[in-house]
Amino acid sequence: MSPLKISWKSIWSKPLSSVLNIILIAFGTGILTILLLASKQISDKLENNSKDIDLVVGAKGSPLQLILSSIYYIDFPTGNIPLKEAQELARSPFVKKAVPLALGDNYNGVRIVGTDSNFVGIYKLKVKEGKFWQSDFETTIGSSIAKNQKLKIGDTFYGAHGLTGSTDIHKTHAYKVAGILTPQGNVTDNLILTNISSVWKMHDHEEKEEHDHDSKHKEKEAPEIQNKEITSLLIQYRSPMSVVMFPRMVNESTNMQAASPAQESTRLFSLIGIGVDTLQWFALLIMFIAAISVFVNLYNSLKERSYDLAIMRTLGASRAKLFLIVITEGIMLTLAGTIIGIALGHLALEFIGSNQESSQARLTGLILLGDEAYLFAAGLAIGIFASIIPAVQAYRSNISKILSKN
Amino acid sequence: MIALNAVAHNYENGHKIGFKDWQVDDGSQWLLLGASGSGKTTLLHILTGILKPRQGSVVINGTSIYDLSSKHLDQFRGRNIGIIFQRPHLIKSLTIKENLVMAQSFANLPTNLNRVQEVLASLGIADKKDAYPSELSQGQLQRVSIARAVINRPTLLIADEPTSSLDDKNAAAVLELLIDQSGINQATLIVATHDKRVKDAFTNTYELS
Repeated sequence: MSPLKISWKSIWSKPLSSVLNIILIAFGTGILTILLLASKQISDKLENNSKDIDLVVGAKGSPLQLILSSIYYIDFPTGNIPLKEAQELARSPFVKKAVPLALGDNYNGVRIVGTDSNFVGIYKLKVKEGKFWQSDFETTIGSSIAKNQKLKIGDTFYGAHGLTGSTDIHKTHAYKVAGILTPQGNVTDNLILTNISSVWKMHDHEEKEEHDHDSKHKEKEAPEIQNKEITSLLIQYRSPMSVVMFPRMVNESTNMQAASPAQESTRLFSLIGIGVDTLQWFALLIMFIAAISVFVNLYNSLKERSYDLAIMRTLGASRAKLFLIVITEGIMLTLAGTIIGIALGHLALEFIGSNQESSQARLTGLILLGDEAYLFAAGLAIGIFASIIPAVQAYRSNISKILSKN
Repeated sequence: MIALNAVAHNYENGHKIGFKDWQVDDGSQWLLLGASGSGKTTLLHILTGILKPRQGSVVINGTSIYDLSSKHLDQFRGRNIGIIFQRPHLIKSLTIKENLVMAQSFANLPTNLNRVQEVLASLGIADKKDAYPSELSQGQLQRVSIARAVINRPTLLIADEPTSSLDDKNAAAVLELLIDQSGINQATLIVATHDKRVKDAFTNTYELS
């Protein structure tokens, strides 16, 4: 009979306190697992979505809001900018690529984005089925939307005014699904893409209802576009030099603002980071309490078991074996807690993710990170920390004294 | 053969106690008599290698046990000495069978379930082998503790007040079992007691004064 089995049976002989210890440790590890997974996914997403975009130009207001609305599609836009001014900026020598965005409508909470073919280039989009949008009211939809909203090529749907809610539906024009994107692993999985003039027409239908059926005319309406407005402009720099010059130029010489996704994402993450830090300390506190609980449990049971351990010595067990039996018990408890905690953390995050409203930042618990090995190591360390003193006591115990007491 | 040579011990409170020399022949059965506080338990602990005396030596089958390292002494004890305590201390989290198997493995002997079965059968408790200690009566537990003491066929079987917590009927039964088992396993038997009911069964006595 190995020391392992003796420890195992000992744990099972006092199920209540063992379960309490396991729960405490599982709780602490669970919270740490969730934090680890969530912060990793959030920072990955922040990075992934703004990968090739150096700057966003939009109406004056909060730069963070501009980034949130134009890169992550979560907040409201800061306002509109004149298309004419945006086009002037796009022609600037500092700019390699400029992508106009026109936001304003949604379909069941999914944002409809009016943009042009540069959007495809900057996000390196590919279609899985169908084609990219070309004429007005043709859309290309993200892979997640096709799945969640059960849309397929040729389906039609009505957009609703605003970024959420479906009370004010634009009944005059129906969008048509022309293509479905391959999954990109970023925000474009959850967008409906169309051209800018579709978005405009959706809102200006009163004025131009007569022209609507005359599609040939629309292609050549360039002069009319001059007094139109868009939401923002995504910009890719031509050279590193632009980083210094371009934002200042925009901020000083126009009444628009320039915001850097990298900068604002870092700022955003540092804001979230405070919450993450607090929770992390909380989880560590729980782990610490768990460690003390395991320690007290082992220490108390050692008092009861000192006679048992002395008997084991009389049966031929060495001091080292008793040490091993006690420390194995502590490590088994904490390791069980750690494994359960990691599993619970994954489950909880998957549950949170499946209940999330915002599809743009959906979290999943179904990934495994290398960093979780550290949690494992921490569980092991806590087990050793909590059981080392009882184990040393078992090692040192004077069996003659214990046996003669009875 | 067991020999006690010029053994003396100091208690922590400074009290000194000396023991007269003692030769125990193989297979003999001895009674260790003495009033409470006369050093009975101390002598038993010295004999079994649990308590190292201040001076003197204990030689069991040619091995001076206090010259062994702690680890080897533990193993020597596990293989050669079976101890029965006043109260049958079994490991509560293990079944009767597991308690006996544990005694085999602590002595670094291979698990031998036939031996477990044989010993339990000879003590009339073979049907209890999968029960836990809490499910057994005091008398049955004392039998198990005898089984645990003889499982590794020790050369020396030592019992410390094995009958004092038992009624007349059980005391007689346990004593008979002890004598039987020492015979079956060819072990030398030493029973320490102040229980008058036990005296008649022994011819050899070592008296503490």
